[in-house]
Amino acid sequence: MASSPSVSRRGFMVGAAGLTFGVAACLPHSVGVAQAAVPSKQAVLSPWVTLSTDGTVSIVSPAAEMGQGSFTSLPLIIAEDLDADWAKVRVVVAPPDDKLYANPNFGYMYTASSNAVLAYYTPLRRFGAQVRRVLLDNAARHWNVPVAELTTAPNVVIHEKSGRRLDYGAIAAFAVVPEKAPEVKEEELKPSSQFRLIGKDVMRIDMPHKVNGTAQYSIDVQTPGMLYGAILRAPVEGAAPDQVNDAKAHAIAGIVKIVRLPYGVGVIAKTSWAAFAGKKALEVTWTRDGKAWGFDSDKGSEDYAAAARNPQVPVQTWVTQGDVPQALQNAATVLEADYGCGFMYHGQMEPLNAVASVSPKGDKVEIWVGVQSKTIAVTVAADALGIAPDKVVLHDMLMGGGFGRRGHRDEEFVHDAVVLSNAVKKPVKMMWTREDDVRNGRFYPLSAHYLRGGLDASGKLVALHHRKACDQVTAFQDPVRYQQIKGRDTIAFANLDMKWYAIPNRLAEGVPQDNGVRSSTLRGVANLSNAFATESFIDELARKGGIDPAAFRRSLVADSPRSLALIDAVTRMSQWDRKRTDTALGIGFENYSNTLIAEVAEVSVDRRTGAIRVHDIWVAIDPGIAVQPDSVLAQTEGSVVWGLGFALSEHISIKDGVVQQVNFSDYHVPRMNEIPEIHIELIATEVHPSGVGQMAMPLVAPVIGNAVAALTGVRLRQAPMTRDRVLAALKA
Amino acid sequence: MAISFKVNGRAVDVNAPPDTPLLWVLREELKLPGTKFGCGVGQCGACMVHVDGDRTFSCQAPVAAVAHRSVTTIEGLSAHSDHPVQKAWLAERVPQCGYCQSGQIMSAAALLKDHPHPTRAQIVEYMSTNICRCGTYPRIVRAIERAARES
Ligand code: FES
Ligand code: FES
Repeated sequence: MASSPSVSRRGFMVGAAGLTFGVAACLPHSVGVAQAAVPSKQAVLSPWVTLSTDGTVSIVSPAAEMGQGSFTSLPLIIAEDLDADWAKVRVVVAPPDDKLYANPNFGYMYTASSNAVLAYYTPLRRFGAQVRRVLLDNAARHWNVPVAELTTAPNVVIHEKSGRRLDYGAIAAFAVVPEKAPEVKEEELKPSSQFRLIGKDVMRIDMPHKVNGTAQYSIDVQTPGMLYGAILRAPVEGAAPDQVNDAKAHAIAGIVKIVRLPYGVGVIAKTSWAAFAGKKALEVTWTRDGKAWGFDSDKGSEDYAAAARNPQVPVQTWVTQGDVPQALQNAATVLEADYGCGFMYHGQMEPLNAVASVSPKGDKVEIWVGVQSKTIAVTVAADALGIAPDKVVLHDMLMGGGFGRRGHRDEEFVHDAVVLSNAVKKPVKMMWTREDDVRNGRFYPLSAHYLRGGLDASGKLVALHHRKACDQVTAFQDPVRYQQIKGRDTIAFANLDMKWYAIPNRLAEGVPQDNGVRSSTLRGVANLSNAFATESFIDELARKGGIDPAAFRRSLVADSPRSLALIDAVTRMSQWDRKRTDTALGIGFENYSNTLIAEVAEVSVDRRTGAIRVHDIWVAIDPGIAVQPDSVLAQTEGSVVWGLGFALSEHISIKDGVVQQVNFSDYHVPRMNEIPEIHIELIATEVHPSGVGQMAMPLVAPVIGNAVAALTGVRLRQAPMTRDRVLAALKA
Repeated sequence: MAISFKVNGRAVDVNAPPDTPLLWVLREELKLPGTKFGCGVGQCGACMVHVDGDRTFSCQAPVAAVAHRSVTTIEGLSAHSDHPVQKAWLAERVPQCGYCQSGQIMSAAALLKDHPHPTRAQIVEYMSTNICRCGTYPRIVRAIERAARES
């Protein structure tokens, strides 16, 4: 793990004096501290907190906002231990600076893996407490009383004995900030019984701007003299333009310049509509460089399934515990099964885009973009021009969805904008159309899963073997991290073994594949395909042993009261024991990075069309302390909707290396008329918060599949469980 | 030849080629970026506006088609973000990334104009033109029900 800002005492003060805060360009009313506080005097108390004499508390938010609410919840954590009055807090966008604001789990500014709150929670609480201590010390000196006699209420220091009160803003006028941040021990943090903010919903800062059109995404930016750019990218990674005929494109009114790039052809025009038309009019043939040419995803699924079953294939061992071969030999019953998952597309609502403005000499650039990692964006822009990172000015914008797509190490859409702007030395808004976004997609990887399980005579699960063949992901999306993790591709292979279940013998193996198709992390990450395979398989094992699937899972988590509570909650919510006639229920359980989830789906199946209808989904979720409970619910609802798409309809196919889908017309994301009733019970146990951004997603497919099996006796082994596949399985 | 129409009550003349989709004219020439580009093919509803009061995919309407007509965008739905749908949207905390929400709100406002008290089934059918990738659908339903109740 990278050095955490919490342990760096320098982190408290370094740069504080000359600190320039970013302006929240994305939110017109949440301006940067400089504007907000003028004309009152300010005391910069730390790189995180600046106090103005009018009582305004400006707090830096280090996370990127893509709808998950971290832009609000992280500063709220500081405000809690600082005892700031939330009504007086201004949230300030953190500038790109890994030394001060890095995500402690990654070592750089990166908002992903649903871990913003998880990773920053304790450091931010401590920063808040340190600033509060500085205020207390100042007040103690001012009144000449022992600091131990002082307490705080929101935005005010109180000396009970004398009845005196000192507003935080008043302290800003004379505050002396120590060289070294005061020590605050974990046990000195505010006890949760005294929380005023954590656990109580506040209005998300970005939300009012999202109902009146004022929220600013990079696609909305307009600068004086700005041109518009589009890029026809090679259909296959690694291919290059061969023959380019741009005569027809040049004939279109408004075209300014057409530039040949190593990986495509760029069109710059006076309007976006002209740029898109120019791109469409290009006639380009491509070299056959690039590994994915010739790849077919249907064939790939079969090949991966064969690899997963082939004992001769070299494997990476991810988990080994006990002696699986032996335990399987001794087992009363052995079951084996295959599962598979397809490519999935992010489909974030805002197609990828960025605005760049390269200086006339090409030695400086300003960029406007929403990204999951600002520091990567700065590096990408600097590298595209061969200039130093400090020559890059980043304007951080809201993201119209991230889901893993806006945080790759190359953030290629930033690169696209910079090279186009550099070609004309003018500001250019580079936009991908939806068709570009699909065709240039970086997909959730194809996988095949081979599972074996052994039950003893009493029906107890004694051995589990899971072998997964899957595209490499980290090698493509983040070669830097791939080096650091020494080829252990956690994005593809983490959590294969259901460690939350008490299974004495377990073996989890990965069989990395490389077909040359662009791959990516995506909401749900490895757990998504893993849970489809393992939670379906657990169901098969329960049925094989003649045990109720809920009871079977209960027996596997018997030592975890939190887990049992969730399974009990979800069976109660769904009336698990009530008999249904035309519908059936399926259950699943998971521990996703310490967030516990149990889900039940109720489904029916149209045997004529093969359509699965999901009527209800019940979710019980325990993410530890819920910093913003309503955000937990919102993220859980969204995760269920995503899970539904993965389970039933979302499918990218590849032929000769080329993506076959075009737009939302043939890539089917869930719409309102496909959404079940979603019922959520939040059980927030008082332990360190874990993540919530994707945790409910992976169980959706297996609980649907388990319900279909309960209803029809037929097991669906391939996600998405499309009508064709359901019909084929019913006939078989 | 300039094309004249009204946007949010204001008369405008635009010089874009007549086949340019209204969406791009609104966003670029008229600097009203609240109306969003999601798919460009009438599949997602991010670009939804009202033309003479009827909801319209602005990515599918050539600007020539709105000549002498009246267009309302999210920026013109209300003066102070206080249309009942906008108020309900905040009360139910609908938006996540927010990118689809202009279109959702414009659709919802059109629905309530025609059906002040829609059934749940009517809401679901009408709103299925609009994709929300973040999955805010359950809240959209609740917000429309609230707006119908409170307006
Ligand atoms: S942008 Fe018009 S429907 Fe998608
Ligand atoms: S709120 Fe993100 S797409 Fe709807």
